[in-house]
Amino acid sequence: MTLIIALNCIAGLLAVTVLAVVIGRASVAAQIVYGASLIGSLILLFAAIGHLLGAADPVSMTLPLGLPWLGTHFRIDTLSSFFLAVVDLGIAAASLYALGYGRHEQAPQRVLPFYPAFLAGMNLVVLADDAFTFLISWEFMSLSSWALVMAHHRVRENVHAGYVYLIMASFGTLTLLLAFGLLAGPDGDYTFAAIRAAHPSAGLVALVLILALIGAGSKAGLVPLHIWLPLAHPAAPSHVSALMSGVMTKVAVYGFVRIVFDLLGEPAWWWGIPVLTIGAASAVMGVLYALMERDLKRIFAYSTIENVGLIFVALGLALSFKAHGMPLAAALALTAGLLHVFNHSLFKSLLFFGAGAVLTATGERNIERLGGLIHRMPQTAFVMLIGCIAVSALPPFNGFVSEWLIFQAILLSPQLPSWGLKFLVPAVGALLALSAALAAACFVRAFGIAFLGRPRTPAAEQAREVDRFSLAAMFACAAFCLIVGVLPGLFIDTLAPVVRSLVGARMPVQIGVEWLSIVPVAESRSSYNGLLVFFFIFMSGSLAAFAIHRLASDKLRRAPAWDCGYPDASPATQYTASSFAQPIRRVFGTLVFRAREQVVMPKPGDPGPARMSVELRDLIWDMLYTPIAGAVMLTAERLNGLQFLSIRQYLSLVFAALVILLLVIASWP
Amino acid sequence: MQGLVFDIAHMLAGSLVLVSFMQLYQDRLSALLNMFALHALVLALSVAWQAYVQAAPHLYITALIALVFKAIVIPVVLHRIIVRLGIHREIENVVGVGLTMLAGIGLVALAMVVMLRVTPGADPLAREDLAFALSVVLIGLLMMVTRRNAVSQVIGFMSLENGLVLAATGAKGMPLVVEISVAFSILIAFIVIGIFLFRIRERFDTVDISALDRFRGERR
Repeated sequence: MTLIIALNCIAGLLAVTVLAVVIGRASVAAQIVYGASLIGSLILLFAAIGHLLGAADPVSMTLPLGLPWLGTHFRIDTLSSFFLAVVDLGIAAASLYALGYGRHEQAPQRVLPFYPAFLAGMNLVVLADDAFTFLISWEFMSLSSWALVMAHHRVRENVHAGYVYLIMASFGTLTLLLAFGLLAGPDGDYTFAAIRAAHPSAGLVALVLILALIGAGSKAGLVPLHIWLPLAHPAAPSHVSALMSGVMTKVAVYGFVRIVFDLLGEPAWWWGIPVLTIGAASAVMGVLYALMERDLKRIFAYSTIENVGLIFVALGLALSFKAHGMPLAAALALTAGLLHVFNHSLFKSLLFFGAGAVLTATGERNIERLGGLIHRMPQTAFVMLIGCIAVSALPPFNGFVSEWLIFQAILLSPQLPSWGLKFLVPAVGALLALSAALAAACFVRAFGIAFLGRPRTPAAEQAREVDRFSLAAMFACAAFCLIVGVLPGLFIDTLAPVVRSLVGARMPVQIGVEWLSIVPVAESRSSYNGLLVFFFIFMSGSLAAFAIHRLASDKLRRAPAWDCGYPDASPATQYTASSFAQPIRRVFGTLVFRAREQVVMPKPGDPGPARMSVELRDLIWDMLYTPIAGAVMLTAERLNGLQFLSIRQYLSLVFAALVILLLVIASWP
Repeated sequence: MQGLVFDIAHMLAGSLVLVSFMQLYQDRLSALLNMFALHALVLALSVAWQAYVQAAPHLYITALIALVFKAIVIPVVLHRIIVRLGIHREIENVVGVGLTMLAGIGLVALAMVVMLRVTPGADPLAREDLAFALSVVLIGLLMMVTRRNAVSQVIGFMSLENGLVLAATGAKGMPLVVEISVAFSILIAFIVIGIFLFRIRERFDTVDISALDRFRGERR
């Protein structure tokens, strides 16, 4: 029943796509499309939650669509229902936000048709139950999101972003195609049920693991496959950015979990190692990039890379624990990872909504040109503050809970029997701790420069609060962040059937623990009570406010600030984003980005200003992608001669290829 | 009876390969056309024998099509065309007859090895038939590659197609074979006309004898 409802909703979304093509230019089109998307996603959300809470048995269904002898298989189990819920919660928030934000769209006919198609694609990926359906939905999702990235195609950067995105998305799909091809084996049965039942050899499975890590990782934004993400996510309209960053990366995580935890069967001891390494590298690199960045949306996009890295670290831990026969620890790590999937989708959507609100109000994405927005957009500033606290993993919000659980899982690593993992996991933990600290610095910087201080430009000075729909969506996300933060036990218990189906165990039941604490392993080890922390912060804050306002003078006085003897200081004398990042740039940037600072002092007597410039280089781009692009261009030039052969020479090529293939068959062992 | 059936089928398919080889060393176009007519005749016989053996009357139609179209109509038409174009006596500089024959032998060996390896469980009659058919296909391709003349390329292509028909009839219970053969014949007719017209136009621009003559006349 759930599956039928879900598929009908997806069909409805596709119908809305067609409708949007027809009425795209009408003035009410945006309201209709986003309203319909909101309703559809809410129905899907409730269906998914119903399935998840009921912990119902998997339901599958075959529709006579697609390839005639195969059909299209769909299935909903606890894993897909969890991801369906994450996806559709994000979609519902984004659609609500877009009801207001979409009015400012200059080219609605370029956004409206692809938006519901993108939503349908993401939902279909989660429900697919054979490799064909999965890959087609995956590619559908990629292409429709590419169209949304290219919505403002007159901007030069966007064209570049779309180009890079298209190449990386095709590459990712190619590796997934190869992975499924290997999994299906020589008989070519592409249904997931058949793949699950098959027992491929160890070498093949290792290859599939690497291919899945590359394919899903390139869509999720793992370093070094992340290069498209900070280009493409900010290029799209903000509600789509929120979906791409908050939801589409989660669909990629789903793809990885589905292949590695479900289809591949029992893990080998080393599976966790590549996942852990790449995840930790992504976490640190992502946040370092974010710290160097000045574009608000690109900061959030780089932070997505960091969070995806965290999620993959948790998944790698779960794989390692599962391979070494420690199902309880694996359940803890997997729960932490999945909870972070949910949390990240919430606060990253919230942050992108806020960035969109700032963009609407000021027309600026560069935080060096913002400032003082807390006075002009108090409500947006409030929810953005919540989002920044949550993404910085500070209590009492949700980011803290999942990251704390990941660290609890890392603390269990000394029990692992393998020495390699015994050494690797603490190192990964140290990197995660580093990235968590840097993330806090990054979001203090982003929030502080954009919202605090004095406005740096007239645009920031004249900002106005955004519309009700946008605010409603942001407040809803912020409320969810708080609820998950103070009542995490509820959500951990909801995840139990998902985790049990994948690693064969679950975390201890949290709902019965006194005072609504959560206890990941045992009471004697560690426990966390978000409610208590929240009450403590709330009470001490209110008490302090009360004390200041009642016991001190309650008169509000405004007086000029101490100006260091320079009257009428310009806003440019404030701390800037670059200056805030300078210490971190000096510590890490010289190594990671080859950062060079240059100070040009005017000659004595010259009244001109001194100038300080910073040069950063993206080493991954320089050392990995530039050589690849050069090699491709060189090969293309060499092969160009093949375009100008005679018929006989082409025939000879075909003939030679045929003979070589026959020789291969003849000499195959 | 079983032994005789097998032997005759074997002999007919084998002689198809033999005629393919005979095509390889014909360097005059009219002789090559005659060889192609013989090729089609042997194919027709082979298909007819398969029709008799498998008691499949529709294969007689295929045999008839092979006989009428490929053994009579197409060679006659091509003869008239090359006579009209004045290239029926043309001697093609084939890429070394000895080398071509050696390559052909290698291809037959390759076809045997491949087919015997990939069809261990099949009916021996079908197995041999498929191996011969693959040889014919490969030799047809070889001819297309080694010849410069459009007509001999077309003949190479059609003998390749003969190999396909042989493969299709050798496997028992192929219901669509009649339709396939008709479709192929029509396709080939189109290709014959198409390539010919195309080639003639190309030649008038570049290496046609009459065009060359005119060119010389101007220089004189």
